[in-house]
Amino acid sequence: MTLTTTEITSPGMTLNMGPQHPSTHGVLRLVVELDGEIIQSCRPVIGYLHRGLEKMMEARPYRHNVPFTDRLDYLASLNSNLAIAQAIERIGNVTVPERGQYLRVLLCEINRLASHLVFLGTFATDLGATTVFLYSFRERERILDLLEAMTGARLTYNWIRAGGVPTDLPEGFGERLTAFLDEFQFALDEYDRLLTGNRIFRARCEGIGVISREMAVAYGASGPVARGSGIAYDIRKVAPYDVYDRMEFDVPVYTEGDCMARYRVRVEEMRQSARIIRQCLREMPEGETMAKLPKIFKPPPGEAYSRTESPRGELSCYLSSDGSMNPTRVHFRAPSFFHLGLLPAMLPGVKVADVIAILGSLDTVLGEVDR
Amino acid sequence: MSMQRLHPRSASQAREILIGVVIAALILAALSATPLLPWHLLDPIRAYFYERPLLNNLAKAVLLVSFMAVQCLFLIWMERKFAGWLQARLGPMHVGWKGVLQTFADAIKLLLKEDIIPALADKPMFRLAPYLVFVPAMLTLMVLPFSPNLVGFDYHLGALFALSISTTGALGILAAGWGANNKYSVLGGMRAVAQLLSYEIPMILIVLCVVTLKNTMSLTQIVERQAGLWNIVAHPLLMIPGALIFFSCALAEVYRAPFDLPEAESELVSGFHTEYSGMRFAIFYIAEFANNVFTAGFAAILFFGGWHGPVLPPIAWFTLKTLLLIFLMMWVRWTLPRLRIDQMMSFCWKLLVPASLILFCLTALSVVW
Repeated sequence: MTLTTTEITSPGMTLNMGPQHPSTHGVLRLVVELDGEIIQSCRPVIGYLHRGLEKMMEARPYRHNVPFTDRLDYLASLNSNLAIAQAIERIGNVTVPERGQYLRVLLCEINRLASHLVFLGTFATDLGATTVFLYSFRERERILDLLEAMTGARLTYNWIRAGGVPTDLPEGFGERLTAFLDEFQFALDEYDRLLTGNRIFRARCEGIGVISREMAVAYGASGPVARGSGIAYDIRKVAPYDVYDRMEFDVPVYTEGDCMARYRVRVEEMRQSARIIRQCLREMPEGETMAKLPKIFKPPPGEAYSRTESPRGELSCYLSSDGSMNPTRVHFRAPSFFHLGLLPAMLPGVKVADVIAILGSLDTVLGEVDR
Repeated sequence: MSMQRLHPRSASQAREILIGVVIAALILAALSATPLLPWHLLDPIRAYFYERPLLNNLAKAVLLVSFMAVQCLFLIWMERKFAGWLQARLGPMHVGWKGVLQTFADAIKLLLKEDIIPALADKPMFRLAPYLVFVPAMLTLMVLPFSPNLVGFDYHLGALFALSISTTGALGILAAGWGANNKYSVLGGMRAVAQLLSYEIPMILIVLCVVTLKNTMSLTQIVERQAGLWNIVAHPLLMIPGALIFFSCALAEVYRAPFDLPEAESELVSGFHTEYSGMRFAIFYIAEFANNVFTAGFAAILFFGGWHGPVLPPIAWFTLKTLLLIFLMMWVRWTLPRLRIDQMMSFCWKLLVPASLILFCLTALSVVW
């Protein structure tokens, strides 16, 4: 008697994750081919949030373009402001007063804290630990209160402008900020212990979504994603801007390249940001905060390129001028866009649940991807 | 601000929660304290029912189901309050005292909602599925002894009946997942069945341990034979690991975090009930909480002496133990992240199944000795 075996094959399932899905962090659509729960292939579809911001900027004077950048990376709009402000200053040869530079660093790092707190909360929620989300948002709320006192806004600040920062710190800001940081460091340690010490959390993160060093370089990863893959690359150290060269801070690097490494990089970065903020408060000189720019700002013909370290990675801005009032071309190098490009290479072979963990660990913001 | 006041680090939160549970139990105790109320006035009615067994059973069933429905509404409120406290917020506050009527308002809202069936759904299956989940959840409560006299059906194979009936709920979940014609629902349904069937095995083995120790399958008898010493105290070496394994399995059986994969919100939107709305959704929800009550009550019966306890009447003790176990489940749910499906399976097959088998062998040996 012979036994014949026939292999049973069933067609895979195509699953559209997003654009309306609780964990795609905005309006990302992932077309994934599934075999059971295992991903066969993945195709990210972007563009649901495209507003043509870069084109709109061409029709406006340079300084009027800063508010648009608030809508790029809406979790860290001050960092986006900085990218275009620096490009405008470079193209127009403007020097920012020292106090303005300190204030910029201060504001950017506060915003980095807020952005990483959102990461902490959403990443934990993606993995099912919903409570951490509310804890981290509570801390973020206090940061937003501080930023509101400073800028008057809670999300779209528009406060780092070409030439510096429009106003000085409000009264009592330093004390409030220091008081917050004292409590925040304690709270951060606690949340870190809550997650890092949790076996389920580790099982869901360690060895998941590994990006090798070579892969990170090849795909243009930057920021915490690159630093989680063992690349000690931080624009604040490599090409310091403003007063970052006077700041003492470490660049956390982990070599594992998995979700856990990226998570740890961000948690450590929050501690370093707190360090930078304290130094800024301590060392900030008195003086002007904003350089005087002419009423009609016409930079000489040419190009400028600024590089900044946003919470998501290397955020750069390219400007070209023909000598008129408006730029002829504006372009942003958005780190999230490059990180999304990693997904088709990372996802095949992992489970549906890991897709969410990996996507969460990349911490993309779709406003920045689609522009 | 209130956010500041409700800091999770303060120990007063935990105390507040415990006090809440104790107060709830005391209220129940007061209600059931027989001598204080003129219960004898009900005697003619009782006699009337005792003479008509069919009517008597029907009345029991109606009482049980309505009691469960109300208790579920209360539990949903309790869960939302606990979640709020653990998350440094207040939870429902507006409808009634401290939001206690919130779930009633929600239930009314769900009842009034438009009944939507997706166009491409398998309609009979889609309609049937909630009841396939709801009915077993209620049936399991039938054999649960709330007190020496208060038991729907004192079946001599109660443990077996409860276990077998509770498993059939998976059928309804699979039907819901398949019938909705939604990919997330199918994934949720598949996960639910795989999970339930796997975790059933260690659970049954642990129940078998208790059955072997107490030499009976009747839940009432199991409780009666724990008079004086609860199982967990009488046989600590066997029953403490047993209770831990049972609790892990119970979490998986009722799809609670860290085993809430069938309805994993961040992955599968809402899993098998993604397409359900209105009353059908509410029925799933009530069934889920009825399952919670059942597993917690079952654990209380198996390990913590059921209705036995000093001073308070039996029903109060049983309710207190059940509520504490449910509270434990909620605490776990709002603290831990979710496991992945393969991790969950390997946890069951590589750890819980061998451990419960060994435990069962040891129990058998200890009985023979």
